[in-house]
Amino acid sequence: MGGAVAKAVVDGVLTGGVYALMAAGLTLIFGVMDIINIAQGILVVLGAYLSYVLSQDLGIGLFLGLLITIPSLFVIGVAVEWAFMRRLQERERTALSILVTYGVAIVIEGILELIFGPNYVQLRAWYVNQSFHVLGFYLPYIYVFGFALAVFLLGVLYLILYRSRFGRSVRASLQDRAAARLVGVNVERVSTITFGIGIAVTAAGGMVFGATNAFNANSGYDLISRLLTIVILGGLGSIGGALGAAVFMTVIEGLVAVLWSPVWATLVFYAALVLVLVIKPVGIFGQRAARAQ
Amino acid sequence: MEEPWQQERRARGAWAAGVAALLAIAIAFPWVFTNPTTTSIGVFTLIYMAAATAWNSFAGYSGYIPLGHAVFFGSGAYTLVIAAQDLHIRGGYTVFALVPLAGAVAVAVAVPFGLVALRTRRHTFVVITIAIFFIFQLMAFNLGITQGSSGIPAPTPTWPAATFNDRFYYVALAILVVAAAFSWGIRRSRFGLQLLAIRDDEDRALSLGVRVSRVKLTAFALSALPVGMVGAVWAYFIGQVYPQFAFDPLFDISVALMAFLGGLGTVSGPLLGALILEPLQQYFTLQFSSNALYLVVYGALFLVVILLLPRGIIPTVRDRVASWRERRSGSTALASGPDAAGGVLSSEMAGGGVAGAAGGGAVSPPGPSGPAVRRG
Repeated sequence: MGGAVAKAVVDGVLTGGVYALMAAGLTLIFGVMDIINIAQGILVVLGAYLSYVLSQDLGIGLFLGLLITIPSLFVIGVAVEWAFMRRLQERERTALSILVTYGVAIVIEGILELIFGPNYVQLRAWYVNQSFHVLGFYLPYIYVFGFALAVFLLGVLYLILYRSRFGRSVRASLQDRAAARLVGVNVERVSTITFGIGIAVTAAGGMVFGATNAFNANSGYDLISRLLTIVILGGLGSIGGALGAAVFMTVIEGLVAVLWSPVWATLVFYAALVLVLVIKPVGIFGQRAARAQ
Repeated sequence: MEEPWQQERRARGAWAAGVAALLAIAIAFPWVFTNPTTTSIGVFTLIYMAAATAWNSFAGYSGYIPLGHAVFFGSGAYTLVIAAQDLHIRGGYTVFALVPLAGAVAVAVAVPFGLVALRTRRHTFVVITIAIFFIFQLMAFNLGITQGSSGIPAPTPTWPAATFNDRFYYVALAILVVAAAFSWGIRRSRFGLQLLAIRDDEDRALSLGVRVSRVKLTAFALSALPVGMVGAVWAYFIGQVYPQFAFDPLFDISVALMAFLGGLGTVSGPLLGALILEPLQQYFTLQFSSNALYLVVYGALFLVVILLLPRGIIPTVRDRVASWRERRSGSTALASGPDAAGGVLSSEMAGGGVAGAAGGGAVSPPGPSGPAVRRG
């Protein structure tokens, strides 16, 4: 039992890191642009399928393939921003963004299902199949590698946001779009690039997700509902909050799966959100009332 | 030159005649198009028209966008099949007697749902409704009462195949009429004005004395009623209820898209939106038997519409007509021009709106035909 609990906690922390990466993109996009990107879930699946094609058909390793998939999704993100997001009117922006990105998600889901069919697939590599022994249980290498990747990319994201001129513009836009514009930040360009970055992280998230789960074109729904739960709990627009909430939620889910039943673990995931919001409507880590508007 | 009240009476007469004509067409439809494939599309379309209208009677007027009404649809569907099973109802018209029960259960579910979700606003509200939706879907998969993923069969009616669909068609039509009447009545009522005030500025509405929590919860629970009822009709029509189809995330988004396409917050918009989108979906399913292709076309169409007509068909067309009239008749049409308050709040409502006092209605002339605010 003790071993199982330890495994649940370790698993939770490791997968939480990957969810944190995907959620960071979502919350970053919201913070800068006031847009909730419902397509984030299906884009993770798209990232997983890209890795799948690269590794199955071209024999490119999963991690090496990220050098192709991350830029690809960045370009897709920029294209989506250019085609749809910047055309949304300021009024009703958030509500419309939910619907537009849902529309984008539906189109991508349909295309993926047309190409790959309804069967579940999973990414394969030696580190997906092999495990090592730690604390009395076996852990597949991919969990550790995926966590390391997530930490690395979150570090890169941190450096971009807090140690670069561009990052300063992003943070300025995050705090106040109008004021940022007044002091000379090109908010439109910042938005486009932020959207690209927020979506580019799904390539890495998708690769790890696809290696640890069997997936098909419909997997996006489950993913987006988890990611939304995480970013709301963390307080929308707060990257640190998203990290904390991601680990918190996956650990809770893992513990419930072990101590009670895997069937109810996912339910507890959402029930935790409802409970937290009843007690504290701004989320665990949220400071302000998700923008007074 | 006609007096304003004459104009309005004439407009109201034309409007009533139009509604009667549409209703007559809807009633005559299964007699003219007897092909079961066509009437089955008709049943689905009516179900979605009722659901979209009900959804809009909360979302469109209050400005809250819930993406969890599939919870009420699924609750209604499961209520019908479980009750029919427990009461040993074997088919026939008796099953339809369970439809109001399904609506009542949906309302009973909506009250605690609303109590939790309506504590939050805007995007947090959207997300929490999605989360609650997934809780219900998971429960439907895992609770004993719903019999998991194998689903529950509905009673099998023994009606002749040629007119099989017609019973469902008329029951769905009846629910639709009730839902549309609800939506229209709310829109014209004091209660509806309170909802619109909440949409425009909730804090201001509160400070002006609107009991926002109670109004929001009432509207939310009311909007669940027709959705639960059509869910029950759907279950009986389909014949077997599975968790993933009764609690379907696409249902949530479909009703929202229909309302947005037609015009959020208008009475006729969701009806028009559903009338366009649902037959399209059914056609694709039948013609290509490919859900994937449908998703691509549906999503693309939706994106095009929302970019070209972000406010929906009805408000856009209404504005075009208004500005055309204005150009034709000059300054006399000032009062009925596109209202300065913007959005889908039409000018006559803005005149009586609690928070919309500065809207277009402010310039309309007072008198017997003034801003048409009829309470109740």
